[in-house]
Amino acid sequence: MTWYVSRRFLQLIPVFLGATLLVYFLVFSLPGDATAAICGERGCTPAVVTALREQYNLDEPFWIQYLLYLKGVLTFDLGTNFSGRPIAVIIAEVFPTTAKLAVMALIFEAIFGIVFGLIAGLRKGKLFDSTVLVLSLVVIAVPIFVLGFLMQFLIGVKLGWTNPTVSGDATVSELILPAVVLGLVSFAYVLRLTRTSILENVKADYVRTATAKGLSRKRVVVVHILRNSMIPVVTFLGADLGTLMGGAIVTEGIFNVNGVGLTLYRAVLNGDGPTVVSIVTFLILIFCLANLLVDLLYAWLDPRIRYA
Amino acid sequence: MSSTLGNDGITEVRSTPSEVRPLLELKDLAITFDTANGEVPAVRNAHLTVMPGETVAIVGESGSGKSTTALAAIGLLPGNGRVSGGSILFDGEDITNASEKRIVELRGSSIGMVPQDPMSNLNPVWKIGFQVKETLRANGLPYSTQDVAKVLSEAGLPDAESRANQYPHEFSGGMRQRALIAIGLSCRPRLLIADEPTSALDVTVQRQILDHLDRMTDELGTAVLLITHDLGLAAERAHKVIVMYKGQVVEAGPALELLTNPRHPYTQKLVASAPSIASRRIESAKKLGVATDDLLAPSAEKSDSKDKVIEVKDLTKVFKIRGSWGRSTDFTAVDNVSFSIARGTTTAVVGESGSGKSTVARMVLGLETATAGDIRFDGVDITTLGRKELFNFRRRVQPIFQDPYGSLDPMYNIYRTIEEPLRVHGIGNAKSREKKVRELLDQVALPSSMMQRFPNELSGGQRQRVAIARALALDPEVVICDEAVSALDVLVQAQILNLLADLQAELGLSYLFITHDLAVVRQIADHVAVMEKGKLVEQGSTDEVFDSPKTAYTQSLLAAIPGAGLVLPPEAA
Repeated sequence: MTWYVSRRFLQLIPVFLGATLLVYFLVFSLPGDATAAICGERGCTPAVVTALREQYNLDEPFWIQYLLYLKGVLTFDLGTNFSGRPIAVIIAEVFPTTAKLAVMALIFEAIFGIVFGLIAGLRKGKLFDSTVLVLSLVVIAVPIFVLGFLMQFLIGVKLGWTNPTVSGDATVSELILPAVVLGLVSFAYVLRLTRTSILENVKADYVRTATAKGLSRKRVVVVHILRNSMIPVVTFLGADLGTLMGGAIVTEGIFNVNGVGLTLYRAVLNGDGPTVVSIVTFLILIFCLANLLVDLLYAWLDPRIRYA
Repeated sequence: MSSTLGNDGITEVRSTPSEVRPLLELKDLAITFDTANGEVPAVRNAHLTVMPGETVAIVGESGSGKSTTALAAIGLLPGNGRVSGGSILFDGEDITNASEKRIVELRGSSIGMVPQDPMSNLNPVWKIGFQVKETLRANGLPYSTQDVAKVLSEAGLPDAESRANQYPHEFSGGMRQRALIAIGLSCRPRLLIADEPTSALDVTVQRQILDHLDRMTDELGTAVLLITHDLGLAAERAHKVIVMYKGQVVEAGPALELLTNPRHPYTQKLVASAPSIASRRIESAKKLGVATDDLLAPSAEKSDSKDKVIEVKDLTKVFKIRGSWGRSTDFTAVDNVSFSIARGTTTAVVGESGSGKSTVARMVLGLETATAGDIRFDGVDITTLGRKELFNFRRRVQPIFQDPYGSLDPMYNIYRTIEEPLRVHGIGNAKSREKKVRELLDQVALPSSMMQRFPNELSGGQRQRVAIARALALDPEVVICDEAVSALDVLVQAQILNLLADLQAELGLSYLFITHDLAVVRQIADHVAVMEKGKLVEQGSTDEVFDSPKTAYTQSLLAAIPGAGLVLPPEAA
């Protein structure tokens, strides 16, 4: 087990190198001069341009630039963005908001998805099941920005239950609405996945045996059906956590959440290479860690899986 | 051979005092299933009585309603099934429409169950001990670690205390079945429903488990409702046998009486074709006018002729098993095995699961490479064949696999399934291939109207016929049957074995028959090779091996055939 986990951590090294190299190369290949983005409309004097090119090593060949960047990362210096702020500070500033939003969205989709899916699965073909199935299909089919604006308008503006947009502090109560919107599509998938999985397990021989042992229906459902049905659902949720942590450009945009997604989006628009590379690398590492977590959870849920 | 067998059983049934109340009584029971095509009756007018402490067996083929009948007694019908008529009395109490609460009370503590397939009936994510413990707990019994260990060791599980901490996948099939028996009997039920409790196990394990079950239920005075497709097994274990056919009880009576004097035509057929009772070789060649003396001693005469179609010499297969830290250990699945198949005869390789018999088949088919030794087909070593030669070799040696459900592509209709090998080998044109497919279907006694059907529309026996037709499409010389009839019901099994024997006589085929079922071997093989743990422990002509087995292992295999101990008057078999 220890060996398995350390091997998985070692695997992060090539992933990290490959990801940074690829992203760095993509940013490097962007057309146009990076200094133009910094100087903006009015332009800078040639002396300033030279100084900037010096500061960001823009005159060096690609490999030297990349290695210099790597050296910075390994000494915990992510460099500064084009406005001169340290990138590490920017990430530290926006990531907590995104993490909070992601975890809230995950909790929402997990709880509601599993509970609704369980009930639907146990009452296959009944009214609840059909209603939930149709609604989940609607949620999956309608684009997220439509749902987002609709809910912002109804709940935030018309009913006034919460602020339509999120303030700089991003308090938990403000984030509820964006978290629901963010988790809505995954909620529909979790629901359907749970339902299918429950339907499969209800018919399993060991469920019949458990019933024949004299267990109550409740215990059969919770102990023998639900746990076995959770295996595919947990896989999905774990992968989703990684995605959610990457921030949601659309949802963060609608609700004006100052999170990773929005920051990354702005950096791409500004051609702010160092910021883009650092944030993307950071997100890739988070994604890998989330996947490791899923694999460990998987082994806990299903004892037949053992890592060595 | 068994303490519960025979005359004692019959006298016990007859001498039961009339004031003793039956433990379980099914009266005119009818069960229907609601399907997309409307109501389908599964069981009609089923009558059944189990007295306290008595063992009653329900025998029938799959789909006969035997399991459905038994499951109805503890309210375990699948979601779309329901009792549509008649009544179920347990110890005098009418539980036909009992409340969910009452049924939950009865389950486990009054009526226990041992299910059919030990592989799928234990929840894979919970420890064995936990699954025993929750049974005790749900039925209000003490459930400490010692109690759990005691229950498990009673069922014959060695080292129960530490075993309780293991998961089902760490148990062998036999051990799982012991755990399931432990669970079924843990709360000392008065009635135990045993639904094909050993049909998924090897014969020797099956025998141990059934003996143990017999002893335990005897000691505890538990009545047993045994459901089985094996008439021999039913007769050996039960006082009373009930035969079900197409949802109806067609015959019921004391076990031996029913075997020796079956009245209903279906029972007569069942008795005649029960592999464990019938012991003669299928004699289809006679009908085709082959000289009788040739038939009587096929192996003796042909084996000393030089015409060996397949010769296996010193065949060895070593698998590498991945261990921790990247180390690997060697596992010898097949160890120095030599045998040969004379042209036009059948050689059976017998053994329990894990004996390496299927690995031998895979190597002879060229699907697995041998680690050492050689396999000669018509004098040519197949291990040295190139790609093209291998392709031609495959044409002459064709397989039929066990699972008639898994070995046909569900997306291919029957025509396409049988035609595919012809197309792959570029034989004939579309028209001649269609003609060939028609011929093949005719050979396996399927109507040509079947060509447009899909595998899911066919019964298990029909599918196996399609698989045979596919194997014969390329006019092979050798057909390798890997457990080709073990998934089939006895009657269907007998039909398929007859078909294979007919085809052998007609086309001069040679068979390599891989099976765990000695009863089947006796019916089809000329020559038998017995394998144990990768080694070939005994071989000889079928009569030699059956009449005078040399090794203890073969003897134990023979003794374990259900019904082997029954002595029947010859006219019954």
